[in-house]
Amino acid sequence: MLRIESLTVGYGGAPVLRGLDLTVRPGEFVVVVGPNGSGKSTLVRALTRALSPAAGRILLDGRDLGRMRPREVARQLAVVAQETAVGFEFTVEEIVALGRTPHLRPLRGDTPRDREAVAEAMRQTGTVPLAGRLITALSGGEQQRVMVARALAQEPRLLVLDEPTAHLDIAYQVELLDLVRRLNRTQGLTVLAILHDLNLAALYADRVVMLKEGRCWADGAPAEVLTEANILAVYGSRVRVVRHPVTGAPQVMLLTRGTPDPLGAAGVGSD
Amino acid sequence: MALATLTLLAAGVVAGAVGSVRIAPADVARIVSNYMGAGFTATWPATHEAILWNVRLPRVVMGALVGAGLSVAGAAYQGLFRNPLADPSVIGASAGASLGAAAAIAFFDGVVHLPGAWAPGPVPLFAFVGGMAAVLLVFRLATAGRQTSTVSLLLAGMVVGTIASSLVSLIMYLTDSQARDAIVFWLMGGLSGANWRKVVWLLPYLAAGLGILLWHGRELNAFLLGEEAALSMGVDVERLKRWVLGAGSLLTAASVAFCGIISFVGLIVPHLVRLLVGPDHRWLLPVSAVTGALVLVVADTVARSLPWISELPVGLVMSLLGGPVFLVILRRQLLPRT
Repeated sequence: MLRIESLTVGYGGAPVLRGLDLTVRPGEFVVVVGPNGSGKSTLVRALTRALSPAAGRILLDGRDLGRMRPREVARQLAVVAQETAVGFEFTVEEIVALGRTPHLRPLRGDTPRDREAVAEAMRQTGTVPLAGRLITALSGGEQQRVMVARALAQEPRLLVLDEPTAHLDIAYQVELLDLVRRLNRTQGLTVLAILHDLNLAALYADRVVMLKEGRCWADGAPAEVLTEANILAVYGSRVRVVRHPVTGAPQVMLLTRGTPDPLGAAGVGSD
Repeated sequence: MALATLTLLAAGVVAGAVGSVRIAPADVARIVSNYMGAGFTATWPATHEAILWNVRLPRVVMGALVGAGLSVAGAAYQGLFRNPLADPSVIGASAGASLGAAAAIAFFDGVVHLPGAWAPGPVPLFAFVGGMAAVLLVFRLATAGRQTSTVSLLLAGMVVGTIASSLVSLIMYLTDSQARDAIVFWLMGGLSGANWRKVVWLLPYLAAGLGILLWHGRELNAFLLGEEAALSMGVDVERLKRWVLGAGSLLTAASVAFCGIISFVGLIVPHLVRLLVGPDHRWLLPVSAVTGALVLVVADTVARSLPWISELPVGLVMSLLGGPVFLVILRRQLLPRT
């Protein structure tokens, strides 16, 4: 679905991603984690082509992203950002309909097909009751659900989320990621999500990719990647990793300075 | 949309009727219909027909074109910069045109004339070239590699505009008082010199500019969610910026070249229309065109029919009437609805 080959990209002369390799297979839910400055958001900006690679390439179904027209890319790949500032008073339905942009021709009206895609996107995200509301009047959590609906209206095969839960409370974090996982499981939508929160990553990911200084440090099942040793090496933080009492997923317990650590200072694998 | 168009036509007829010589509105409609091929018998004096066709109508048509052009350019810029304060002059088109016009009046009037009865005089020519040159300079300054930063555009536009205005002041300081008066009068903006020749010159630029902007309405909508969101929705944002800025500058420079600086219409009409039809550019742009035309035709009719002054520049009337009206609307928006 998506193959990133030794991608080097950055701002001005300083590369942030330095030879990143990453593959996302169809139907997967992949979460990318890493400390600030490790290149997570730069990766998203390379995928939207706001930044062009200095070296390496991004292949979408085997085609070089850099050689595709923006409309073609947008019909395959949709992005939900951390926050979308909408300064003008659009209704929710109008925002969702913007997702049809890559499918439409200038000066033409919406076809029945477009209206159907918008209605379906709103139904799947539970945003139908919000349809006539102004986007500026919604809470942050509701706005993010509308942005997911807008992305779905693009009818993408790959959904990229850039820290979509960063500004949400815990209820909305879980609601949003539950929604994305349901789309992943039932619609076969491939998901590549950037998440700050390691515990959320462990709860939802099929596979976790941990970045360090613009390269892939670890790549595998959550329990293989989210270990005390990896977190110490990448974040420089001493943590305890325990099993989630209900789901069994690894969960990261933070240790403050001075907390007695029964396992000793050096991180040891949790299992 | 239909309502605004009908109002515009009615305003055009009234604008044709009002003036130092009054012509019955019905006669205005009949005379214009005759030029379009209708066969009403002339029950009106020939002088009425001459006044209407040679003086008032070109002025009404020119006002409508300029009003439409400036309003659509303003609406598109407000969308592109995602800034409600943007107007057609933000990237230097008006200031550059002023410099061109001032230079033409002070140094070249009577020197440079293109041959042929239909050629524009030196002032519109220099103004148009000055406006486009300023915009190109601003665009180059704000572009690094293939990417143009909208923030840099605003900053460069402001500075280039200030430099151009200072040069206009310098020219006015250095030149003789007759040229100085002419420059001041030009800067105030007006439709008094309108004739069919100018309309014919203006028309292709306005048609091209309006067409290009309407074509990009949907992409401008996506742009309102931010540049990166627009990219992710398949909008080629750098291309969009070039087309919108190019078309907007064409509209502004061509309008200013023939009519001088008419401020305000490009700032407030898009806001008024947004209150009526919402922010969707597919409606905002065409309705702004018609409303802008209407507003400028009305303002110009007021400007030339005040009983105690022979004629005010339309730019002044626009600001003096439009300003308070806009403030009242703004105030209404702020107050909670009961």
